[in-house]
Amino acid sequence: MKWARWALLAVALAAFPWIAGEYYINLTSQIFIAATFAASLNLLVGYGGLPSLGHASWLGLAAYLSAWMSLKLGLGHALTAPAALLGTTLVACAFGWISLRATGLGFLMITLALSQVLWGTAYRWVSVTDGDNGLRGLTRPAPFGISLDGATSFYYFALAVTVVAITLMAMFVASPFGAALRGTRDQPRRMSALGHDVWTVRWITFVYSAFWGAVSGLLFVYYNKYIHPASLSITSSAEALLGVIAGGSGTLAGPIVGAAIIMLLKNYVSAYIERWNMLMGFVFVLIVIFMPEGVVPGVRRLYLRLRKWRTG
Amino acid sequence: MQYWIIQTLNSLALGGLLFLLAAGFSLIFGLMRIANLTHGSLYMLGAYVGVTILKFVPNLWLAALIGGAVIAIFGGLIERFILRALAGNALGQVLVTLGISFIVADFCLIVWGGDPIPVQTPLALQQPLRVGGVAFPTYRLVVLAIAVVTAVALYLLMERTRIGAMIRAGVDDMQMARAVGIPVSKLFTAVFCLGAGLAGAGGIIGGPIMSAYPGLDADMLPLALIVVMLGGVGSLLGAFVGSFLIGAIYTFGTALLPDLAYVILFLPMIVVIAFRPRGLFGRQTV
Amino acid sequence: MSSALELGDLRKSFGGLPAMNGVSLRVEAGERRLIIGPNGAGKTTLFNLITGDLERDSGSIRLFGHEVSRLKPHQRAHRGLARTYQIITLFPKDSLQHNIVLSLLGLRRMRWGTFKALARYTEVEEEAREVLKRVGLEHLSRRPIAEVAYGEKRRLEIAMALAQKPKLLLLDEPLAGLSREERAAMKDLIGRIPREVTVVMIEHDMDTALDLAERITVLHYGSVIVEGTRAEIIADPKTREVYLGD
Repeated sequence: MKWARWALLAVALAAFPWIAGEYYINLTSQIFIAATFAASLNLLVGYGGLPSLGHASWLGLAAYLSAWMSLKLGLGHALTAPAALLGTTLVACAFGWISLRATGLGFLMITLALSQVLWGTAYRWVSVTDGDNGLRGLTRPAPFGISLDGATSFYYFALAVTVVAITLMAMFVASPFGAALRGTRDQPRRMSALGHDVWTVRWITFVYSAFWGAVSGLLFVYYNKYIHPASLSITSSAEALLGVIAGGSGTLAGPIVGAAIIMLLKNYVSAYIERWNMLMGFVFVLIVIFMPEGVVPGVRRLYLRLRKWRTG
Repeated sequence: MQYWIIQTLNSLALGGLLFLLAAGFSLIFGLMRIANLTHGSLYMLGAYVGVTILKFVPNLWLAALIGGAVIAIFGGLIERFILRALAGNALGQVLVTLGISFIVADFCLIVWGGDPIPVQTPLALQQPLRVGGVAFPTYRLVVLAIAVVTAVALYLLMERTRIGAMIRAGVDDMQMARAVGIPVSKLFTAVFCLGAGLAGAGGIIGGPIMSAYPGLDADMLPLALIVVMLGGVGSLLGAFVGSFLIGAIYTFGTALLPDLAYVILFLPMIVVIAFRPRGLFGRQTV
Repeated sequence: MSSALELGDLRKSFGGLPAMNGVSLRVEAGERRLIIGPNGAGKTTLFNLITGDLERDSGSIRLFGHEVSRLKPHQRAHRGLARTYQIITLFPKDSLQHNIVLSLLGLRRMRWGTFKALARYTEVEEEAREVLKRVGLEHLSRRPIAEVAYGEKRRLEIAMALAQKPKLLLLDEPLAGLSREERAAMKDLIGRIPREVTVVMIEHDMDTALDLAERITVLHYGSVIVEGTRAEIIADPKTREVYLGD
């Protein structure tokens, strides 16, 4: 029964490009990228109880590193991709060390401030980043000689990366380490009395979550062939956090659903009104006040209640 | 010589404006444990509201008073009707303030448009002050003076009045403050209004220096954050020292190393967080 | 043979207010020690200093001859120290079994594993059920903590500590809030703790606790007032002074 559902989903995702037009294929690719990004943030926010408002750092930094290396150093994708991931992860090691001096709101403010450093650098260090113009003129990689320039081929590429990313994150959460991580979220004092090294557990999660953020950053820059400081802004971090919370933090499906909702809202509503920021602000306020647990747990609870009611 | 004097005064004026912004942020965080991410927006909203008030009241100081009051009321409404509903849910409160900041940003864009709006320096202060052949920009001196006077007033409020004593008690130990019968709820609203009002007035007073433009909020909020984390949460002295420190680093950093000024700006905060998480003058860890 | 626990002139103050005034204490291996004292005597603070939840200002803490006062709480746990809490500190959304599993993980290298699913380490789950059986909670192993009774949570507090096979166990008011029957059962449970485990217990319920302890330490305002056997404590006029007012 469960397998049948998974198989159905797999077929639907694989067949989608044959049914849908290019606009929808591209939109879905963007949803994959946003979903990977939100899922990586969810490791920290949902499972670790560490609310980061600086997660855009990892998407943006990886994208900038990859773009800069290919534009200014003329390196190929085979080299820039691992180098960008490595560089981003190393910066995350340092940022995590600083941010985890605090927890809770302190952590939130420090991650926000640190991500502003990167944002400011992208804006101001014009000789390297081309400032407000952003880095343009990028190409997509061609793994195994397959060009990703078409909407469909990129769709499958993004799908494959997303499936791998989310599978590995799901395994991480289900592992003993993941159990310990949730323990540090719920009862950090008890966890350290039980012999768990709470700080190190959090730091590893911070770095791991940044790594997958960086992976989504590569997808992002490949898709857009362009990167602008706006990708490093508070708005970008906030969007991801909103996706996690709207969908349901601390669940696997939550951030994926949340990211999809945000991406659809952004695409459709923006077509009619110009004010995406204002809409996002209202969605933020409404979700926090009226649906703090998020869509996925909310729907699941409704479903369970309905089933109970039907079976009497 | 003249160049460095101007830069020094610029840094002091920026420090003064930062103090108006950060003092409120710090008190709100220290007392209510709310990281008020609308604080930058309140500053920007103040600047814009000031622009409009100045069309009817051609006096910057009066405009700052009126505008400050308007923003204070706006802040009070946020506290009473939204933050209060989320009491105990610290993350929810932060996210709501973040959401409101997006709404305010777009609201300003709709009402006042996307172009920067310059604010006239009051006529009487347009002439530089000349002392021994060196010209001092008068308005910046006045801004500095206002910040210092505000700091002294806040200090007296905190140290010499009953309300101040209650705020200090709340910052140190909220449960104890409740237990001894301090009207915490009213205090919250009062402090939130005060903080919002200071930020709003700061936006107007800063108008002639920075003008009003979209993105002013996103420029100011991180500065307030670093000031507070540097100086220590809930500490007025910390906010004061931190503001002028950051004002100086920002101004001279931009003048000397424009590319990396923004990175340099954050270095002291990073060092402080790494080695003294309470901040320079804070009594509690962030 | 060194003592299980040895405190030397342990001091701690909170913002200038002294909470621990130079406490020296020695508990021999295998001993049952009861710590009593009026509210605010610093009993729980003493536990928090021993476990490292609080950092001491000065003084030494030796576990089985090793100085641990500079170690983090989790490092002390790895040296054979376990504790329970006066205020129940469990993982409320998780099942009883998962609570025990987290305890078992704490001392094992597998806690760093990030690929193989926890559910596939069947030997750990098996052992957790074994632990629950020993404290008579096996029938509840799949229930979330939030759904079980208070007395059962108290038992689980102890079970989590015992699961680690500690050498030194600190029990912070294990009988607090229990009914008469539950207290008898708990007393039985504590009485069955193997002798190789040294037990230090804070407890207010004298009737039950005195039976379990060999030696008693009376703490008052962060200082040791009296120490000795049950008879010595009762006979000492200082005990009376502490309990019957200044």
